[in-house]
Amino acid sequence: MPLSELKSLQLKELKMLVYKLYTFSPFYRQKMKGKGVTPEDVQTLEDVTKLPFMTKKDLRDGYPDKLFLAHPREVVRYHASSGTTGKPTIMGYTQNDIQNWSESVARGLVSAGIGTDDVLQVSYTYGLFTGGLGLHYAAERIGAAVVPASTGNTERQIDLIRDMGVTAIAATPSYLLHLGEVAEKMGIDIQRDTKLRMGILGAEPWSQRMRDRIQDRLGIKAIDIYGASELSGPLWCECSEQQGIHVWSDLALVEIIDSATGEHVAPGEKGELVITMLQKEALPIIRYRLGDVTTLDEEVCPCGRAHPRIGRIQGRVDDMIIIRGINVFPSQVEHSLMTNPEVGNEFQIVIDRKGALDTMMVRAELRPEAFGDRVFELDAIKDRITHKLRSTLNVGVTVELVEPGSLPRFEGKAKRVVDKRVL
Amino acid sequence: MSDIGKYRIKQLSIFSENRPSRLGAVAKVLRDGKINILGFSIAEGAGYGVIRVLVDRPEEARDLLTKEGFVVKFTDVLAIQMEDRPGGLFDLTDQMKDINIEYGYGYRSPPYAVLIIRVEDIDKSIEKLIAGGLHLLDNVAFH
Repeated sequence: MPLSELKSLQLKELKMLVYKLYTFSPFYRQKMKGKGVTPEDVQTLEDVTKLPFMTKKDLRDGYPDKLFLAHPREVVRYHASSGTTGKPTIMGYTQNDIQNWSESVARGLVSAGIGTDDVLQVSYTYGLFTGGLGLHYAAERIGAAVVPASTGNTERQIDLIRDMGVTAIAATPSYLLHLGEVAEKMGIDIQRDTKLRMGILGAEPWSQRMRDRIQDRLGIKAIDIYGASELSGPLWCECSEQQGIHVWSDLALVEIIDSATGEHVAPGEKGELVITMLQKEALPIIRYRLGDVTTLDEEVCPCGRAHPRIGRIQGRVDDMIIIRGINVFPSQVEHSLMTNPEVGNEFQIVIDRKGALDTMMVRAELRPEAFGDRVFELDAIKDRITHKLRSTLNVGVTVELVEPGSLPRFEGKAKRVVDKRVL
Repeated sequence: MSDIGKYRIKQLSIFSENRPSRLGAVAKVLRDGKINILGFSIAEGAGYGVIRVLVDRPEEARDLLTKEGFVVKFTDVLAIQMEDRPGGLFDLTDQMKDINIEYGYGYRSPPYAVLIIRVEDIDKSIEKLIAGGLHLLDNVAFH
């Protein structure tokens, strides 16, 4: 289907969506009224810009299900993502939502070259995190065999890849590199001893350099996949051409905006990704600001598909960091640290990559009043802070106590994250 | 037993993060203040250390270090005189067996040697040690 036809289909869907939300959702109606928009104002696809944006804050404020449009009876699944204040955001799915989500990923897998003969090992976490089940349902939908390995126990994962004839693996790029290193130590050559030929990689930022390294070392094709729990989960990936991520137009509408003005950027320019999910039922998503920076390409892909493509994610508009597939905001670290009277308000987050795995260290300044000569007391303070951070962030973190006044001070916007990762 | 307070020696405890030349920075402040170091040790924690120093003018040393941004605490410790010969430490151990020592360090101060200890209950410990016949140094010997 050419882009023009896809766009008229999108317009039809958008009009229906806006009408439905205005009529049935107090939250969206109020939001639209706040901007002085009614469903009649949406007559062209460009009119989408008249609609209000949605952000993570809306979902947080709507915790747990205030933004849900579907009746609880129609909801068949929940997922959750950790929130900036320790409060998670809850995603609900109707039967249709699960179908469309699976369909979206399934199309991507097919476009990348995965089919019924493939064995896909899903090494994303299964559970509240959307990665595991998202890939699982999609792979089953296209008739590929799934090895639901989830995360952890890398040696066993490698045994499974070899013994089950796994041809593709879905994982974070850093985990796949780690897996490659472990395989080497076990004396297993991924290229020679396994049938692995493809990686569906995402849930954390990575670069072309890292892609080259993965493809060289493991002798596989590394495919970039994108999504977000708010949108359903992992949704879109590159086709076999590896020239951008196809966003299926019948399911989602892409905008790229200047995050300062909220206006669309010029075609091809980079900006903040904004997505409208055209068919989501349980938790509708309109003009959702992802915070990820990328570009949009509406040219027909060499693969022949007209569905527009977004480029590799180039960064964030806010200070969110992604560690081993888990989103972390410095504000979460701040909230957690503030519950410890022994440390001050200044802190620093140091992200690094040891081998192939991301590490996170939080440096906090010890308050003079908390110091009392004994080393075991200091160790106990450190352990307490570490424990609290780990349970808030759901990610491995180490803590370093430093002298007061030793961390950098900022007059303007604080730059608390030092990212030493070479992606 | 009203005068046992004189056996309390004021030790400076300095918090030090694990960073190059922190010790040098402490030593420089003391040198610039013309403060003499009488005893010294470093304890290591998980990624940081505690520098413990006995000096001739503790209040002044604390003020100077604090001004330079160091976190400094006073801790009372005891100084026990030992014979400077093989068995010198062993001779004390019988009288010290009821004392709960948190940490200790020693130095030579010819013709004697000195054992510095931090103990759990300092006043009771002083009484016990003196009753056992040990020679505790008076803080006048330091400050």
